[in-house]
Amino acid sequence: MPNRVSLTGAAAVSQAMRQINPDVVAAYPITPQTPVVEYYAQYVADGLVDTCMIPVESEHSAMSAVVGSAAAGARTMTATAANGLALMVEIVYIAASYRLPIVMPIVNRALSGPINIHCDHSDAMLVRDSGWIQLMAEDHQEAYDMTIMATKIAEHEDVLLPVMVNFDGFITSHGVDVFEMLDDEVVKEFVGEWVPKYPLLNTEKPITHGSLDLFDWYFEHHRQQEEAMEQAYKNLPAVFEAFEKLSGRNYDFLDLYKTEDADHVMIVMNSTASTAKFVIDELREQGLKVGLVKPRVFTPFPKKELKAALDGKQSVVVLDRAMSFGKEAPLYSLVKSALYDAVSRPQLGSFVYGLGGRDTTPEQLKEAFSYAVEGKLSLDKQLYLGLRD
Amino acid sequence: MADLKGWKEVPIGGVVDTPASSRSYATGAWRVTRPILDENKCINCMQCWLYCPDMAISGKIADGKTKMIGIDLKYCKGCGTCAVVCPVKAIDMKPENEFLK
Repeated sequence: MPNRVSLTGAAAVSQAMRQINPDVVAAYPITPQTPVVEYYAQYVADGLVDTCMIPVESEHSAMSAVVGSAAAGARTMTATAANGLALMVEIVYIAASYRLPIVMPIVNRALSGPINIHCDHSDAMLVRDSGWIQLMAEDHQEAYDMTIMATKIAEHEDVLLPVMVNFDGFITSHGVDVFEMLDDEVVKEFVGEWVPKYPLLNTEKPITHGSLDLFDWYFEHHRQQEEAMEQAYKNLPAVFEAFEKLSGRNYDFLDLYKTEDADHVMIVMNSTASTAKFVIDELREQGLKVGLVKPRVFTPFPKKELKAALDGKQSVVVLDRAMSFGKEAPLYSLVKSALYDAVSRPQLGSFVYGLGGRDTTPEQLKEAFSYAVEGKLSLDKQLYLGLRD
Repeated sequence: MADLKGWKEVPIGGVVDTPASSRSYATGAWRVTRPILDENKCINCMQCWLYCPDMAISGKIADGKTKMIGIDLKYCKGCGTCAVVCPVKAIDMKPENEFLK
């Protein structure tokens, strides 16, 4: 029987981890990821999981331990946020290139500096090119569900890539919300047992991980990583479908909210999508045909799906919770690129919002929509929501 | 490089799936100085064997005593460590040019 519970997002994700019951968790606490690891340590202490928990002295060590553990053949997880992720980055790339299916919840927080512990997506964008699959969760339910699905897609034999499950710091991680948990047994059966392809601990067949990979091999291995990402794109729908069968919850690359007949579409990731849905309902009552596209998968980027959803629309406003100084904001640049060969290109506008946890209000989202409705969008001018002039 | 496997055939993740594959890597091609052994000076102490980073020194044990046999030029990359550690200066590093035909 599914279980309806009221918990923080961090607790929701730690419950998903408990049900997955990985062999190894190596982690270092950082705000606002701390409760994920804290709850998990409690499960370990209480004997609820079989996990070997390794407390380490830094995130660089956490990711290093995780890489070693996954290479050994253990199902392995960790979690981090912002500057912790930044400290990990060297090994984050290595985890992907070694093709180790690690699952890592990321509690999205602003990267320093100046120092800030609140939500934005600069940490997720820092590692957008690291070779990890990046799932983006709007709320507790999605964060819980995606953590479980992440295990399945990461360990697919044609994929074998690590996965990050992103959810908003404090807003989702520390806020309490109601969501539905699956039975322990159901999750156990869904994730199954991982049979590693090249386990270091198999002394019957000795192999080497991490050898020097110079000009004669490195390029080939990178091409393989791209292939794995294409396989992830190809196999994600089957994971969504299998998950729907046991949960009743429908997933896809994009969450489309009232887009079918919409003239103006907003694109935004994670928790702000909830605010956007609220705003859309209000604006629709006033007769405005507005809708939302929320990417649930950022990497591999669902270019084809976005084009299908946006081609022919009057206008599209893209909201980024991160900046790419001197270049277009990350989500905007990808959406713009996806629409390059659209039959009927919409007007486009780029809005940066909510940096460093700046509160994102319905009024701000209405302001972004008003630019679209009034035909004031500018293709190459980045605008800001909630910024003091 | 044309004789190396393409990206579809190479094991993923940089994994080396066969043990002792470094045997097929002839590091001797890097060499610009060549160790020349003076067998009359050699005291068979095997310090060169111990220090050689490429296991290019061959030796054996006969009648309970170590015996230095020679240097495998397929793997010797000419680093000269053996010549430096030799306590009786039995190894001389010569420019590889002298052996060009």
